[in-house]
Amino acid sequence: MADLGIDWALSWVRAAAATVTEHREHLLDLDRAIGDGDHGENMYRGFTAVLGKLDAAEPSTVGDVLKLVATTLMSTVGGAAGPLYGTAFLRGAKAADTDALDAAGVAAVLAAGLEGIVARGKAEVGDKTMVDAWTPAAAAAQHVADSGGSAAEALRAAADAARAGAESTDPLVARKGRASYLGERSAGHRDPGAESSALLLETAASAAGA
Amino acid sequence: MSVGTALVLVSHSAQLAAGLVEVAAQMAPDVDIRAAGGTDDGRVGTSFDLVEQAVTGALSAGADAVVVLTDLGSATLTAESVLEMLEDERVRLVDAPFVEATVAAAVAAQGGGDFDAVVAAAGTAVTGFAGSGEAGGATAGGPAADDGGARTRSLTLVNPLGLHARPAATVARTAAGFDAGVTINGVDAASVLALMSLGLTGGAEIEVSATGPQAEEALAAVVAEIESGFGET
Ligand SMILES: Nc1ncnc2c1ncn2[C@@H]1O[C@H](COP(=O)(O)OP(=O)(O)OP(=O)(O)O)[C@@H](O)[C@H]1O
Ligand SMILES: [Mg+2]
Repeated sequence: MADLGIDWALSWVRAAAATVTEHREHLLDLDRAIGDGDHGENMYRGFTAVLGKLDAAEPSTVGDVLKLVATTLMSTVGGAAGPLYGTAFLRGAKAADTDALDAAGVAAVLAAGLEGIVARGKAEVGDKTMVDAWTPAAAAAQHVADSGGSAAEALRAAADAARAGAESTDPLVARKGRASYLGERSAGHRDPGAESSALLLETAASAAGA
Repeated sequence: MSVGTALVLVSHSAQLAAGLVEVAAQMAPDVDIRAAGGTDDGRVGTSFDLVEQAVTGALSAGADAVVVLTDLGSATLTAESVLEMLEDERVRLVDAPFVEATVAAAVAAQGGGDFDAVVAAAGTAVTGFAGSGEAGGATAGGPAADDGGARTRSLTLVNPLGLHARPAATVARTAAGFDAGVTINGVDAASVLALMSLGLTGGAEIEVSATGPQAEEALAAVVAEIESGFGET
């Protein structure tokens, strides 16, 4: 039932960097199908840059780590995922105002992150974007918090919900982002940003031992 | 010399941004127009840092205000993130067709238009250009038009802000809607840019002329539009 502090945040960043490296080709393929084919590269470049800054930055709180991720992604990603994840992690950092997150803290960070993505990109559930992964994830974490679960359980529920949310984008027609230019032809492919969101939340849950 | 409002052009491509600076600068040689195209390492994409540097660079070079224009997708999202970070009311983003909005904004800034006027010019570029496009070569005003029975009226611009982008676009649309060649102070009234480049402010004396089969109707409609004050008064 341990709350999640700086150690969790650091292992999450390292795991996230490893995951986007491992899934670089997969994310590239997804974005090639309905976008401009750069999402895997963008995420890989972003998280590699985060790793590069991690040691020198000496973050001491979860909020510090999230903020470092936010600003680094913002300036290195180069595609829509940069400002979107950047805003999400920046708002998440502001919401993570304690040394260690309990389940309610996890839910608050995810809710703030989702709010940031929506504020920036104006997408709704069903538009075939990362919002389709984040919305059920934030709700699932809140549900665990409300029923007295642990922080790790909240992240596990969020990761599972994000995975299902990403899969739910397969049949959708994109209404936001570059894929929306394809119209009906975007149906039948997974949204790359929803997939990378599910991957990031999966690493967050694993780093919490869930 | 640099004039009040600067422009920052954010594109996925460094070449596209630089090319648009070139196009806009032809019509607005005194305006500080900066390109922020591509990523910092020269790829296709957008860069938070390049946009931020362009905006703060323009401000520290003395611009009173900065209007940011973007091509699509992450250019807009990145620019919005920069604006949110800077929290500076002297910087605003206009989400409108990149080339048209940039040229309209540049012309407005060159004419000494204030921040609101430049933002408005950029924002109404779509309608404006559609109007002028239809009019094509329908420019009137050659000497021949005069013996062809040109109708002319002199009047005063009553709306306080003068013929800035929105009214210019309204006039241009009206003028283009008739089978007539309409001019205001000698320039094609169906062209938003031509009208805006007159730099007419509230109280200015203007002369509207029309030639062609519907000269009478076109003149009446344009005059009525101008006399209505465009809803500003
Ligand atoms: N308006 C938006 N709201 C929410 N998510 C969005 C929006 N636009 C794009 N996305 C997400 O971003 C992902 C694409 O990220 P990527 O890094 O490939 O940017 P991109 O689309 O190539 O950017 P660009 O706009 O520069 O072309 C999409 O799969 C989608 O999940
Ligand atoms: Mg892409």
